[in-house]
Amino acid sequence: MSAPSIPVIAQSAGKGAARAAARQRGHHGSGADRRPGWVTYAVLTVVLLIAVYPLYYAFLIASSTKEDVARHPIPSLVPGSHLIDNMISVVTSDIGFWSALLNSVIVSSVTAVSVVMFSTLAGFSFAKLRFRGRGPLLVFVIATTAIPTQLGVVPLFLVMKQLHLIGKLPAVIIPALVTAFGVFWMTQYLEGALPYELIEAARVDGANMFRTFWSIALPAARPAATMLGLFAFVANWTNYFWPLVVLGAVPGKTTLPVALKMLQAHYYADYSQVMAGVFVSVLPLLILFFVAGRQLVSGIMQGAVKG
Amino acid sequence: MVTTTELPAQPRDQRPVRRIGMRQRLGRWDVKLSPYLFISPFFILFAVTGLFPLAYTAVVSIHKWNLLTGQGPLVGLQNYIDVLHQPFFWKAMRNTVSIFALSTIPQVILALVIAAVLNANLRARTFWRMGVLVPYVVAPVAVALIFGQIFSDQSGMVNAILAKVGIDPIGWHSNVLASHLAIATMVNYRWTGYTTLVILAAMQAIPSDLFEAAIIDGASRVRQFFSVTIPMIRPTLIFVIITSTIGGLQIFDEPTMFDQQNSATTAGGADGQFVTVTMYLYQLGWGSQNNLGRSAAVAWLLFLVILLISLVNFWFTQRIASDSGAKRRARKVRS
Repeated sequence: MSAPSIPVIAQSAGKGAARAAARQRGHHGSGADRRPGWVTYAVLTVVLLIAVYPLYYAFLIASSTKEDVARHPIPSLVPGSHLIDNMISVVTSDIGFWSALLNSVIVSSVTAVSVVMFSTLAGFSFAKLRFRGRGPLLVFVIATTAIPTQLGVVPLFLVMKQLHLIGKLPAVIIPALVTAFGVFWMTQYLEGALPYELIEAARVDGANMFRTFWSIALPAARPAATMLGLFAFVANWTNYFWPLVVLGAVPGKTTLPVALKMLQAHYYADYSQVMAGVFVSVLPLLILFFVAGRQLVSGIMQGAVKG
Repeated sequence: MVTTTELPAQPRDQRPVRRIGMRQRLGRWDVKLSPYLFISPFFILFAVTGLFPLAYTAVVSIHKWNLLTGQGPLVGLQNYIDVLHQPFFWKAMRNTVSIFALSTIPQVILALVIAAVLNANLRARTFWRMGVLVPYVVAPVAVALIFGQIFSDQSGMVNAILAKVGIDPIGWHSNVLASHLAIATMVNYRWTGYTTLVILAAMQAIPSDLFEAAIIDGASRVRQFFSVTIPMIRPTLIFVIITSTIGGLQIFDEPTMFDQQNSATTAGGADGQFVTVTMYLYQLGWGSQNNLGRSAAVAWLLFLVILLISLVNFWFTQRIASDSGAKRRARKVRS
């Protein structure tokens, strides 16, 4: 059992004893501030290796040949020399890699920007403006975050068919333009981050409502908006089911995850090719993660406290 | 008074007054209408692409409805009866619930443990937090392809390792439970880090004086975890379990990609050993049958199951959390 922490000593034995105990332990903080031992770091290192190894495994397989894969089920930790060859044969194969990549970039970017814009607009309204029906409408938004709307896939498909959008990118983009979670998230954030005084000042200066939103609310919302945009981007980049339904496995007309599926069918037995495809498709988001992973982490943690 | 005498005519005096009135009226409309205008894009788009389709699923499900020929006659509950009589539907339901249980329960437990470790005052805190989140940016399709190879029956890494320690190879694709385990592993791989951060955030929000009080009462580290931490993060646990219920029961990507033999279909293995309800839904509507009516019936049934399991989870989580820790102590004091 660990010794009582400094505040506990301070409470039970007095401030002097606490100070003495702190000096004796060579720390200045309370018990919660104590640095953990090496066991903690060992555990975390194992967790980290488990998180990263499958990606490294894909890289290892992608850099070897079909024969190597068959001969060594447990790949050696040193990558082979065929990564570039395999990548070239994936991007030049008839799955339409480049158009799939371009489609994924378009879908993810457009939906991320749109989710951020519409969510901030609605969030500003819910958080800072007064209007009839505000309360019930907000409750409605929150309730819908828990409804599995993806189950409306059959009628949604029929809607897209009516609009002659089957096989076209807008069919993937339109249902992802807004999310209930986004509205809820921005409402929560703007409630605390945007003082009424700022809005009033803008109004006094003669700005209309939209101008107030554009030059006051939008800049104030930037940190939360960045996170929301990142989540929307990742969600749409990794989405498979709906693009498969409306775009289908058609080379040149679909998104990256569906193209990967075609790759699996195509290189049925050649896993080094399949893994090269996996590696190429994961790379853009890994780069994004290195740039913006910090925002993703704090986004998840903030959303958790509030949600 | 003085100014009016200096100004030549009355209209000139009236005009500015009227203009202010116009602007005020416009301003009032701006104030009154803008809130609705601002929320309308969300509500319109959500109604068209989210709410209407979900509700209209019920309408499609009581009609004969073919993907190619369109709406047919009203058939009442026939689609539901047909689906419920298919052994394949029940197989899919069993698989879905089994994969869901295998992916949710270990995931929450693992996430709790990792979050507790991350909750220490670490050096390079952000680095470790980012580390657990890496799998989140890997698409489920990619995760499934990677793990499909790792769990490959013949040349897979797991079986090779098992062979080294003298265990017979396991049919990760052919065996029912083994395939569920492999698929659940993929889900856990991608989501454990995310869940960990959600739980970690809740842990950090616990006021530290609660732990101080527990220490004064002589509670060990383990006792603190079960009697303070768990009850305090109960709302977050409920949130995590409900969201993973909604997502987990709709699982599609991982089992679809896991099928290496029939990679163009959603059969879920040679004998449907890992077919899920959403795969079955896809199969009915867009696979060989083109039967959107039955597909919609399956969607509606799955919706009911999600609702039911969410409620059971909610009830269960509340009981667990209130059985241990604070409330039990309170009850003891009262009695």
